[in-house]
Amino acid sequence: MKFLEPPLIALDAEAASAEEAIRLAGALLTEAGAAEARYADAMVDSYRERGPYFVLAPSIALPHARAQDGVIEAAVSFVRLKEPVVFGHSANDPVQLVFALGGSDSGEHIALLRQLTTLLSNPAHLEQFKQAADVEAIQQIIRGNEQ
Amino acid sequence: MKVLCVCGLGQGTSLILRMNVENVLSAMGVSADVEHTDVSTASGTAADYIITSHELAQSLEGHSARIIVVNNYFDNDEIKQKLGEAL
Repeated sequence: MKFLEPPLIALDAEAASAEEAIRLAGALLTEAGAAEARYADAMVDSYRERGPYFVLAPSIALPHARAQDGVIEAAVSFVRLKEPVVFGHSANDPVQLVFALGGSDSGEHIALLRQLTTLLSNPAHLEQFKQAADVEAIQQIIRGNEQ
Repeated sequence: MKVLCVCGLGQGTSLILRMNVENVLSAMGVSADVEHTDVSTASGTAADYIITSHELAQSLEGHSARIIVVNNYFDNDEIKQKLGEAL
């Protein structure tokens, strides 16, 4: 299980569209060995098919696909966009924080989601995710959450 | 009382919603059977309440359950308020 480890984080990345933002977050999963390259395609396909329902909170998107779409290991990646982009959500646009979920069929998947839910349900953490100067600052937020 | 938390695939975001809904219901002292599922399974599943996003609520129109729309899945105050109004 890989939860927001440094190679899974990209800060102030540039994306011109929701699809580009999803692909950036998917590429992090692939580069870290947590998902095959086709997983990013599957997340984009899901977005096209089912719409932006995964924009779960103001400025936060959690794109994901199915475990069988190429997940190698349960993982979460994070892309902070330099400029927020519109996903087409009725209440929560534009999106700046993109957390791609690579879910597995195992219990790790639930552990991962629980950790992410706790992290993002704290408004102070959200502000820290937006303001963090570097990857180390992000790691500190995560370590604080685990304690 | 049966509550379904619904997302597009039934694997990721509906489970996140379920975690916070369970937390909120338990804080409210309400006992309920909370499950998470995808939107097409939900269409054929009996429930008292369905909690989902605005985007997916439209595809569940006509379901016998009362549909509760949550905009911010990480805002337990919003979830609590919406549940409080509906229950």
